[in-house]
Amino acid sequence: MPALKQELESETMLLNVGPSHPAMHGALRTQMELDGERIVGSASEIGYLHRCFEKHSECSTYQQIIPYTDRLNYLSALMNNVGYCMAVEKLLKIEAPDRAIIIRVIMCELSRIMDHFVCVGTNLVDIGALTNFWFFFNIRERIYNLIEMVTGARLTYSYTRIGGVARDLYPAFAIDCRIVLKEVEQAVKDVLGLIQHNRILVERTVDVGVVTKEQAIEWGFTGPCLRASGYDHDLRKAEPYYFYDQFDFDIPIAENGDSYDRIMVRMEEVRQSTRIVLQALEKLPSGLIMTDAALVSLPPKEEVYGSIEGLMNHFKLIMHGILPPKGEIYSATEAANGELGFYIVSQGGASPYRIKVRPPCFPIFAVFDKMIKGLMVADAIAILGGLNVVVGELDR
Amino acid sequence: MGIIIAKILIPFLIIVNLIPLLIWVERKGSAYIQDRRGPNRASFFGIRLGGLLHALADVIKLITKEDIIPSQVNKPFFILAPFITLTIACVTYAVIPFADPLIIDGKLFPLQAANLNVGILYILSMSSLGVFGVMLAGWSSNNKYALLGGLRSSAQMFSYEISMGLSLMSVVMIGGSLELTTIINQQSHFPWQWNFLKQPLACLLFIVATFAETNRNPFDLPEGESEIVAGYHTEYSSMKFAMFFMAEYAHIIIASALISCLFFGGWQFPFLSTHFLREQAGEGIFILLLAHAFLFVLIGIFLLSKFSKGKYGDKRDYEVLVIGVPFTLLGLGLGFTALFIGTGDYGVMGRQIFAALMQFGALMTKILFFCWLFIWVRWTLPRFRYDQLMHLGWKVMIPLSLANIFITGVVLLFL
Repeated sequence: MPALKQELESETMLLNVGPSHPAMHGALRTQMELDGERIVGSASEIGYLHRCFEKHSECSTYQQIIPYTDRLNYLSALMNNVGYCMAVEKLLKIEAPDRAIIIRVIMCELSRIMDHFVCVGTNLVDIGALTNFWFFFNIRERIYNLIEMVTGARLTYSYTRIGGVARDLYPAFAIDCRIVLKEVEQAVKDVLGLIQHNRILVERTVDVGVVTKEQAIEWGFTGPCLRASGYDHDLRKAEPYYFYDQFDFDIPIAENGDSYDRIMVRMEEVRQSTRIVLQALEKLPSGLIMTDAALVSLPPKEEVYGSIEGLMNHFKLIMHGILPPKGEIYSATEAANGELGFYIVSQGGASPYRIKVRPPCFPIFAVFDKMIKGLMVADAIAILGGLNVVVGELDR
Repeated sequence: MGIIIAKILIPFLIIVNLIPLLIWVERKGSAYIQDRRGPNRASFFGIRLGGLLHALADVIKLITKEDIIPSQVNKPFFILAPFITLTIACVTYAVIPFADPLIIDGKLFPLQAANLNVGILYILSMSSLGVFGVMLAGWSSNNKYALLGGLRSSAQMFSYEISMGLSLMSVVMIGGSLELTTIINQQSHFPWQWNFLKQPLACLLFIVATFAETNRNPFDLPEGESEIVAGYHTEYSSMKFAMFFMAEYAHIIIASALISCLFFGGWQFPFLSTHFLREQAGEGIFILLLAHAFLFVLIGIFLLSKFSKGKYGDKRDYEVLVIGVPFTLLGLGLGFTALFIGTGDYGVMGRQIFAALMQFGALMTKILFFCWLFIWVRWTLPRFRYDQLMHLGWKVMIPLSLANIFITGVVLLFL
């Protein structure tokens, strides 16, 4: 008897997701080949938000680049400021004063909290749970207000300077910060209550977009995505900078490397960041917020008007800018998404010869097509949100 | 003739007028769930009424917007689809009884648009027609996202219709009739005899299935915002979009009405039978009027006490007066009327109308509660994935409803 089963003729459909699509945060574009709702293959494209950060830097002075770094990962702009300034300081072989460093740590960890809030919140919106987004954004607004009081800006802070920070904290900062951190804890608790054991969310995210430990290392993952895959690597512990070895905090590790783990690792990192900020507030020493190294910092006005050295120093810094020695440096910090590296080549001039940024989400997004192959459209959206691809730093 | 038109129009207008109210509740409710303020900007001579006017503003906006019909669409179906959706959503109410039938000159006068003896079949057939609008909209838009939305919704609505019908079967089995009035009468006015206690599983399955039928979260895949932009109504604008929007809320109201009729006693007033309500109409009206008077005066005085001239420094100061004064006056008026008329006798007709109004109030309370449930769930739960949805529909809900029918049958056979 001949087989009765007959194959229905069908063809795949090309679906263009992005660059303008509700789930493509920023301006990403993925062309998907669909068999029904299943993704047979896809091709992602980046570059819609390319603003020539690296090329632009080559004709700016070292100080002028700081505002550009704000626009890299605009969700945690302070961490880019800190990462860049740290690289230049290493190139110049100077150190910021302790108070400035602790302030930078506080700002970095607050930024990490905000970044994780946006990432988890938008990821949950993509999955359909809208309320969590507002639970996070209300408290994010509070942190914004706090940072605005310190830096004077809400999104593009340009707060750090080479050799220190621009302004000191205001007197009641520690009190306000502790209040906000309590609310952060509460927000995390609220959202975990809504999602942690939610059957629908668990089914949507567990075993979806699994990245094994080996794959994660091979693909160059860093940050929460790497740690969700079970590999314990955090620059704050592995290569401690800025007294991170003196703070008492844990690095959350998950096992499966799926979307659920990525959300949970971020939630736990928020808790650890609040711990760090609280300790930093205790540690905060008094003293200068700007180094007095003549190479980078303007002398006090009395010296400018009272001594020839001060006047010369002022003139040189204003007219010629900061002049680092010939050389090159790679300096990396643990940003919210992972390892944020700045590679700077100096020819001794006022502008860098070359700057290369290592954005954490570039290697992550590079394998997005591999991760979503064979899954459904809804899965692809849920995975993309959890990877926290920020187009500002992806395209630069 | 006039009575027939009134019977059709009055419930229809009630439902249509509930739609903007429900949209307001959804916006405000979601705002309070999410620690926000919600809409409060639209104003009428500076009076804002807490966002209520946004529904009016929306209507004006949607009517005056350009109605874009993209060039690549299949025009007849594209135009037809929203009409089908809204019409289907609005006709199901025809069989929903709003109160116990009146008896006029010894004749039964049912308070529903059409007293069908196959009411449940009518409901099922109408709800399965609803898929056509969505499917046609998705297909005729000639847009890939709309097509995906249409595919999703047709698959979803077909699958969940089965479990919806099967869960209804057990209700029909214990009710012994396909007529809604009989089913409601059989549930009686004691809450412990309502079907949600007799058939808890069927009730749960039916509620879940109606969520899927109305395309609400967690089953809102057809319009899954973040995945397929806006699903089947991606290409629609202006009033055609508004019709889909209204149809969604009309669906919610009808679904809530069905849930309350089939499982929560419909118009049955808890603990008070129709007979009792009719007998005690005099005292009932007195108490009702007094209670309303008290409530209105309380609300009015509360609002009036909130009045302070310099609070906002503009017309919003008078907002509390605009609502508070009429409320107080209305309350006082009702109170004096109650004291003036006392516990009089209202004749056969008056008593029946009083009982009907009370039962209508009971039904509306139940409907509004379930409408709120729909809104509440939407802002709490995430969305299913397509295959999980199918899995739930075919492998969980249908076997469960079949098992429920079997158990009901066995119990009925041996009791």
